[in-house]
Amino acid sequence: MANSTTAPHGGGETRRDFLLLATTVAAGFGVAAVAWPFIDQMNPAADTLALGSIKVDISKIEVGQRITVKWRGAPVFIDHRTPEQIKAAEGAKLGDLKDPVADKDRVQKPEWLVMVGVCTHLGCIPKGQKSGDRKGEFGGWFCPCHGSHYDTSGRIRKGPAPNNLPVPPYKFLSDTQIQIG
Amino acid sequence: MMSTLRTVTAFLIALSIPSLALAEEAGNGHGPVIEAQEWSFAPPFGHYDKAQLQRGYRVYKEICANCHSMRLLSYRNLGEPGGPGFSPEAVETLAAQAQITDGPNDKGEMFQRPGRPSDRFRSPYPNDQAARVANNGALPPDLSVMAKAREGGPDYIYALLTGYEQPPADMEMSKGMQYNTAFPGHQIAMPNPLVDGVIPYTDGTKPTVDNYAKDVSAFLMWAAEPKLEERYKVGARIMIFLLVFAVIMYLSKRAVWARLHRRDHAHEA
Amino acid sequence: MANGGTGSKVVKWVDSRLPIFSFVDHALREYPTPKNLSYWWNFGSLAGVVLVVMIVTGIVLAMHYTPHTTMAFDSVERIMRDVNYGWLIRYIHMNGASMFFIVVYIHIFRGMYYGSYKNPRELLWWLGVIIYLLMMATAFMGYVLPWGQMSFWGATVITKLFSAIPWVGEAITQWLWGGFSVSNPTLNRFFSLHYLLPFAIVGVVVFHLWALHTTKSNNPLGIDPRGPQDTIPFHPYYTVKDNFGLGVFFIIWAAFVFFAPDFFGEPDNYIPANPLQTPPHIVPEWYFLPFYAILRAIPSKLFGVIGLIGSVGILFFVPWLDTSRIRSTSYRPIYKWFFWLFVVNCLVLGYLGAQAPEGWYLFFGRVCTIYYFGFFLVIMPLLGFIERPKKLPGSITQSVLGPGSHPAEAPPPVAREPVREGAV
Repeated sequence: MANSTTAPHGGGETRRDFLLLATTVAAGFGVAAVAWPFIDQMNPAADTLALGSIKVDISKIEVGQRITVKWRGAPVFIDHRTPEQIKAAEGAKLGDLKDPVADKDRVQKPEWLVMVGVCTHLGCIPKGQKSGDRKGEFGGWFCPCHGSHYDTSGRIRKGPAPNNLPVPPYKFLSDTQIQIG
Repeated sequence: MMSTLRTVTAFLIALSIPSLALAEEAGNGHGPVIEAQEWSFAPPFGHYDKAQLQRGYRVYKEICANCHSMRLLSYRNLGEPGGPGFSPEAVETLAAQAQITDGPNDKGEMFQRPGRPSDRFRSPYPNDQAARVANNGALPPDLSVMAKAREGGPDYIYALLTGYEQPPADMEMSKGMQYNTAFPGHQIAMPNPLVDGVIPYTDGTKPTVDNYAKDVSAFLMWAAEPKLEERYKVGARIMIFLLVFAVIMYLSKRAVWARLHRRDHAHEA
Repeated sequence: MANGGTGSKVVKWVDSRLPIFSFVDHALREYPTPKNLSYWWNFGSLAGVVLVVMIVTGIVLAMHYTPHTTMAFDSVERIMRDVNYGWLIRYIHMNGASMFFIVVYIHIFRGMYYGSYKNPRELLWWLGVIIYLLMMATAFMGYVLPWGQMSFWGATVITKLFSAIPWVGEAITQWLWGGFSVSNPTLNRFFSLHYLLPFAIVGVVVFHLWALHTTKSNNPLGIDPRGPQDTIPFHPYYTVKDNFGLGVFFIIWAAFVFFAPDFFGEPDNYIPANPLQTPPHIVPEWYFLPFYAILRAIPSKLFGVIGLIGSVGILFFVPWLDTSRIRSTSYRPIYKWFFWLFVVNCLVLGYLGAQAPEGWYLFFGRVCTIYYFGFFLVIMPLLGFIERPKKLPGSITQSVLGPGSHPAEAPPPVAREPVREGAV
């Protein structure tokens, strides 16, 4: 600090220290307040958030039919399950499952299965949505990239994938309409 | 001291130059006549009047939207804070009233479906060319930022909508043009869109051209600046902070320099 | 401040490997600054702060902007409406450009008034002019990016100037455009360069500060410090003073951002660019208006362009055009009038740049252009010889302490003063 030949007044020192503290606090507060918008601007913008949930009309999906809709950039499989498929899903032993989850914990209504159609191994989209597709050994979906087999509840049965196909947040707005996200 | 005075004078001259420029524009008698109006959203503490914005939206939707697109706005904006403040249900309903082109579907065709809040406002025409064909070659401009795209902003829009008059006797009107006191050149292709009673207001506001013009001008201001209220609010807080900060900094400066001034003047005499 | 306890261990560890802390310490604490600097000396640091803010806000805006003619305008509006705090960041950036030029113009006029371009600071001045040129290029390209009517037509008018160059003009213009008119290739490359140039500015600013630390700061008296009694360490005196200036400056900037964000702009730029419709008045941003006035005052297209380039280029020659041995205009009573007239002249040129170049506007545009060049080419060289300056004070300390003290001797004239020892 600069040399001073006069002895500093006690009041002057304290005042300076206080001002220094006040400045630092104010500046810190200011920096934090200013920093927030620059961080927040990278969060999804309003138009992206508006597309964060979609409504799907399920009235036209027949029993046994599967459709794919896009949600948050990923495919979502909606499966109108047949009684046989439901029975097979409910009948599976939890001990046989790599990622043990009961079917009733994966659906809200047993005839409607809603899942994000992205293989939990490395992210390919499993086959099984179209009528000619391979469905794998468990009647559900088959991922052609590395051979993961999913059952009629979308659970991993065979192959390298570690987890079941994820179930997104969704709700029934009515019998004919679900909202995903 | 003298040099400071000179500097301040020069600075004031500099500041006055923009106002001189503006005076030049409005002062001569051939220019458009635009009076300043009172707006609830004037700076620095203004805000939008929700009821006015809702009425203004009605005017836009029922009159203007027949020819003018507003493609930068989405239906969800109508429910977002700082705007007309429609309820989520009302926003869904308003969106669903519009038929939006979507597709292509699995057959490769474009199709119509009811609007969703995430959709942009439906444009009356599929493209500019179709708009011109329907309007004698004139293109009704998009209104998304109109309140910022014209000198005078909402004052100008209000003046224009209330500025339809009989042309003066010595003025020759081009074919299909109307006389308007506010429009530059005084000849406008748009026919007078408003007439008393054309939209029945339900909140007690008189259904006059004057009110329609006021309300839709305010609505267009919101459409151009939906963040205005947030801007004023954040601005007020930041200005207070900065004033406090500047005062603290000034006191700090004085405190630090006091040492020097003491030392310097201690050597005197 | 950080010295003490574990903090200083970390500092020492880093500093012994890369002496950044001692470098900053030396530059701030030990840089001997004249103790009589006025608030006119705040504007350099203000410019530096604005540069940093512009880069930060610009990089953030670039995360959301799309440099394609069909999407540029909409992407800016998306920033204003949908991106969180996008409106704030955009308005800070937009008004920051104007703030940058206000601050830099005051900084330049300060340099001119106090002779900060004279020996030994010629190179410092040149680096400043280069920064100014880079700023102009950056701002010009930045204004094109929103792709409004003024963006498009301003770009068209200015890039078309290159066609005035004999023989190669057309080819150069098409090369600039990447096409036959201002179009998508032009917009795309302007975006790339607009992102790049500010970092070039940062580089030149580093050299600018290095040159400053070599010659040390000038001061309002224009006489060199005679010893430590005339100087004080930059920190804490000028750091705290700069902070105060920054606080005041932010208040002004914030007033525009929050309460008049479109004050410096043109409504026409909220109309999407239309190559088939020319706006009634094409105006560049306000900070280019004086040069625009000079360009239009000269009747010939080629000489207008030469005048435009010359009006900025002449700044390079100022250290030699001004023949006076006295640095500070405070001690040059005749030159002072011409200087202030020059300032007013620039303001008038700015006003005229926004008017249609006809009638009295054109006449005064020409008068002011003549004075502009006359100031540099006639007044500056002549007055150095014929003017009798006021008596300079003996020293800075003497001037600071007041008229009671006696001047030891008149300080030696500028040209013979040796360059101060000691680089950074």
